[in-house]
Amino acid sequence: MALEDICGFTDTPVHAKWFPTSLFEDSISSIHLTDNCTFGLRKPKKSEGNGGIPMDFFIPTLPNSASFNHRPLPSPPAKYSAMVRRPFPLSHGTTTLGFVFQGGVIAAADTRASITPIHSHLVVTSSGSGADCMLWERILAREIRLYQLRHRRRLSICGTAKLLSFMLHPFKGTEVCVALTLCGWDKGVTASTNSGPKLIYVCSDGARLQGDVFSVGSGSPYAYGVLDRELRWCLSKEEAISLAREAVFRATHRDAYSGNNVDLFHITAQGWIGYMYYYRTGALFLCCL
Amino acid sequence: MEYLIGIQGPDFVLVAADNVAASSILQMKHDYDKMFKLSEKILLLCVGEAGDTVQFAEYIQKNVQLYKMRNGYELSPSAAANFTRKNLADYLRSRTPYHVNLLLAGYDDADGPGLYYMDHLSSLAKAPFAAHGYGAFLTLSILDQHYRPDLTREEAVDLLKKCIEELNKRFILNLPSFTVRLIDKEGIHDLETLTSGAK
Repeated sequence: MALEDICGFTDTPVHAKWFPTSLFEDSISSIHLTDNCTFGLRKPKKSEGNGGIPMDFFIPTLPNSASFNHRPLPSPPAKYSAMVRRPFPLSHGTTTLGFVFQGGVIAAADTRASITPIHSHLVVTSSGSGADCMLWERILAREIRLYQLRHRRRLSICGTAKLLSFMLHPFKGTEVCVALTLCGWDKGVTASTNSGPKLIYVCSDGARLQGDVFSVGSGSPYAYGVLDRELRWCLSKEEAISLAREAVFRATHRDAYSGNNVDLFHITAQGWIGYMYYYRTGALFLCCL
Repeated sequence: MEYLIGIQGPDFVLVAADNVAASSILQMKHDYDKMFKLSEKILLLCVGEAGDTVQFAEYIQKNVQLYKMRNGYELSPSAAANFTRKNLADYLRSRTPYHVNLLLAGYDDADGPGLYYMDHLSSLAKAPFAAHGYGAFLTLSILDQHYRPDLTREEAVDLLKKCIEELNKRFILNLPSFTVRLIDKEGIHDLETLTSGAK
């Protein structure tokens, strides 16, 4: 990935051992990746090749990472085993919310958080550490697209959430801080319980919850205060949008760490439509293809 | 924060778990099911740290199913409990232990009903009644006082209701509803969800 070049992964000593062109096929324990994305449940297994993702992605950095990599490294690993200190205290705070109603799924957030479309029927709201969320959204989008190409069908939202949860599992206990709400519409082949609007919360602690309403971030208690009173299944589309905006607005007013404007996405069986409320009079519209 | 309880009768096991999925001060879900069906007559109730519960319980669940596929017959509740405990113990002194507290309830056609208490330090005890969580401090004495080995199903449900009343009265946290299930020689039965009076 281009990102790995920017992050300097190609310079790391362990980079060579995980790529097909590498001559060193290391039998030291690593995390096994198969086409079915069965990520090892914290139990390192022998490596047998990779799924295209550099393996050291999935090995969280440790204070004593030299002891983790038993293989003698060609260059001194001292700079990779030292803990990197933060340059300044990072303050992150956002308000994101999502809910299901008769007209589909609404996902709303203040502009400090971001809502990213993954595909035409799935949108992800992110909170936590911005860089981590951005990275994991890209990885998720890539894995979903690979699944679609390999299996000739789109992965369900529940499956997407489970995949993301399993990908984040090796990083539990590290400083990765990712709290995503997957908001989407499953197009089931049959009219089973699986098709229709879906809302699933996944976070780097390992929680994976499916529900009808979630709000995440430092402003979430304020948003729940508005949502819990007024949310009903039978809201019209305009009422639902206005409720979501109201909830985010009240949270941005009270929460010191949320602010700016409201981004809103509405997902239906036809796909998502985005509304950016930057002007008092109207909204900027975005549509998927 | 979370509460699990199990009561064993002469030919059944009654188990209940609260329905709250919490994240810091918020209830993210009010209808979360903390029971995992390991086989037709075994339930695993699992509480603890956010991701660990589901990961560990599903791992045990799939392995019990795999055993059945490979060998043609199911693990007994006692074997499943020991298998679970072994996995907890193996990870206990690793870098990434599972911080989960468990109750395993099952009915063995040969040995009858069984309730097994396991905690995050991988201890295992077969007990006639057991509870996990802060609520256990309030309810174990009620169970000690009123439990009899020859409880009928109705008496067991009444005992469970007494425990939940005590929680509603004295426990600082609000646990509005509880999933209740009963295991006997016919399998796992869903009983009525118990809710507190206040809405």
